[in-house]
Amino acid sequence: MEKSIEVHNLTVSYHSKPVLWDVDFTLPKGKIIGIVGPNGSGKTTMLKTVMGLLKPDSGYTEIFGEPLDNVRERVSYVPQRESVDWDFPADVMDVVLMGRYRKNNLFKRITKEDRRIATEALEKVNLLEFAHRQISQLSGGQQQRVFIARSLAQQADIYLMDEPFVGVDAATEDAILKLLRDMKNEGKTVVIVHHDLQTANEYFDWIVLLNTRLVAAGPREEVFTKELLQEAYGGRLTVLSKLGDLIGSTEFPLREPDFKEDKPE
Amino acid sequence: MDPIFLKVVLGTMLLASSAAVVGAFSYLKQQSLVGDAIAHALLPGVVLAFILGEGRHPLYLIIGALVAGLVAHYGISFIQLRSKLKSDTATSLVLSTFFGFGIMLMSYVQRIGKGQQAGLERYLLGKAAAITMVDVYTFSGLALFLLLGVGLFYKGFQLMAFNQDFAHAIGLPVVFIRLTFTVLTVLAVTIGIQTVGVVLMAALLITPSAAARAWTKSLPSMLLIAALIAAVSAATGTLISSSIAKMPTGPWVVLVLGALGFGSLLFAPEKGLLFKRRRAREHRAKTLRENLLKLLYSQEERQEKRVKLSKAGIMQIRPMREEDVKRGLRDLKKRLWIVERRESKAPSYSLTDLGRVEGRRVVRLHRLWELYLTERLGMAADHIHPQAETMEHVITPEIESLLIKELGTPERDPHQSVIPYENK
Repeated sequence: MEKSIEVHNLTVSYHSKPVLWDVDFTLPKGKIIGIVGPNGSGKTTMLKTVMGLLKPDSGYTEIFGEPLDNVRERVSYVPQRESVDWDFPADVMDVVLMGRYRKNNLFKRITKEDRRIATEALEKVNLLEFAHRQISQLSGGQQQRVFIARSLAQQADIYLMDEPFVGVDAATEDAILKLLRDMKNEGKTVVIVHHDLQTANEYFDWIVLLNTRLVAAGPREEVFTKELLQEAYGGRLTVLSKLGDLIGSTEFPLREPDFKEDKPE
Repeated sequence: MDPIFLKVVLGTMLLASSAAVVGAFSYLKQQSLVGDAIAHALLPGVVLAFILGEGRHPLYLIIGALVAGLVAHYGISFIQLRSKLKSDTATSLVLSTFFGFGIMLMSYVQRIGKGQQAGLERYLLGKAAAITMVDVYTFSGLALFLLLGVGLFYKGFQLMAFNQDFAHAIGLPVVFIRLTFTVLTVLAVTIGIQTVGVVLMAALLITPSAAARAWTKSLPSMLLIAALIAAVSAATGTLISSSIAKMPTGPWVVLVLGALGFGSLLFAPEKGLLFKRRRAREHRAKTLRENLLKLLYSQEERQEKRVKLSKAGIMQIRPMREEDVKRGLRDLKKRLWIVERRESKAPSYSLTDLGRVEGRRVVRLHRLWELYLTERLGMAADHIHPQAETMEHVITPEIESLLIKELGTPERDPHQSVIPYENK
């Protein structure tokens, strides 16, 4: 199996309270992968840690066998739609063009090629006619598609999307899904944080089932069993969450930052 | 006008504009308070620079302000990071401590009689008349540098304000961009206090953008309008304060800014309150027009021939106020949707071809919506009429074609009336 993302013994905390506990898995390339779990199970934290937005207490992640910094330009990130202020003074094209921003063109003007790529991305999500619409005037589904277009404009190999199906209408959902499958057929890898079990079964080839710790990761048929789902969704893990509260309130360090399990003392 | 004074006025305009342009990004980040905190925190730096610099060369001032501003800024970040205090608490804490320290230093300078107190007091509320030519040139140079900096970092500042996580995720040097923005903000405050002083500085950073935002939806034009608003306010404030003895500049600049800000909220297109009121009035006129057209069209439909109705005839079919009917008919005549006939004493009115198309459209929307309510929302047929009366004036052609598509070009509405289409 060719690897896309590897997560090694990852523990991440918010305000010293662990949200992810010793999570370890490897994801394949060229699949649509769902990170699935109940509310507060650490799905978004997982994605943000992989994107380097959160620092883990211990463990590390790699993409295509390398640290994120070496492969940034091959990785695209779609944050949650609600994470930005849509009243920002910008039109659809402005936002999609942000997908063309790079460290090495930060001080340069936007080129014609950038515009061409952004236009193409807008066409793919069916928003070309809205290119000059104010982003504040878009519906939820349209906003989500703008974010996806921005991500497409990055021309990456792997796409990490945080809840792209939340608050979108059925038609948009179908359109996004079709787009994801096209991307997969082009050999791209798509990783999606998703909370709806009903649809997870149809959408994903591969599933990571999270609930603070890793419940299971693997091909859909293997993971989508009654036992595993019950384990992930059947109530909070009382002992683990109590322990988490305790650690949060006393603030003792959970582990040394450079702790790696596979290295014997 | 005295050429020296003219230079002062032009200088303050440039200073205020550059401060407003940098402040625009604080406004967009919804961090309006940060500029206020930095401004107050600059005071001790400015006073120390005044003591150490003996004279008042602006370079000392800039360095002193920069150091104090950065210390304050990182103080706030440190408190946020290392304690459970929220950002507004951390900001107020640093703001008041630094400002108190600054005031204490000022009293000390006064007591030892080192500086002319007047020279220092101008940093509290601004005094454009006290600005020297050296100040004007130094700060104008700095202002141009700021504008250049914003131009250079435009993409970075824009993305950091809109979606910081994304900027981070695509590997932009967020720490560097943030540091640059902090330095620019401190410098903007440093030059801004020449006109408005530390106490009122937040107004100069934030109000121009808040006002500009009401007029435009694009970031470049927002920056431009904010700069213009700041320049006009600075010029007005400088002119007024210079013509009255002992009058500080800051309060006047801020008053003009405030007037322009509130004016923008009232008069701006789309978002302005007056515009909203006008839009409501236009919608009432449209409703009136369409009701009359619908009435004439339904009569034609019922009688299966062209009809003409007098004002009284119209009011008999649908009870309306006479002045409304009069106004509506006048409006329709002007649009050539009806013609007036004067065959008898009371004039009568009938639809033109143009008017018939419009009337048919309104009737069609009414019936389509009734059908939608019963079919899709499961409402009873005797409850839908009032709803359709409202929606027929609201539905756009875009929604109309969606409705027709979703209902499969239906023939009849729930009351078995034929739905009239244009090409049938």
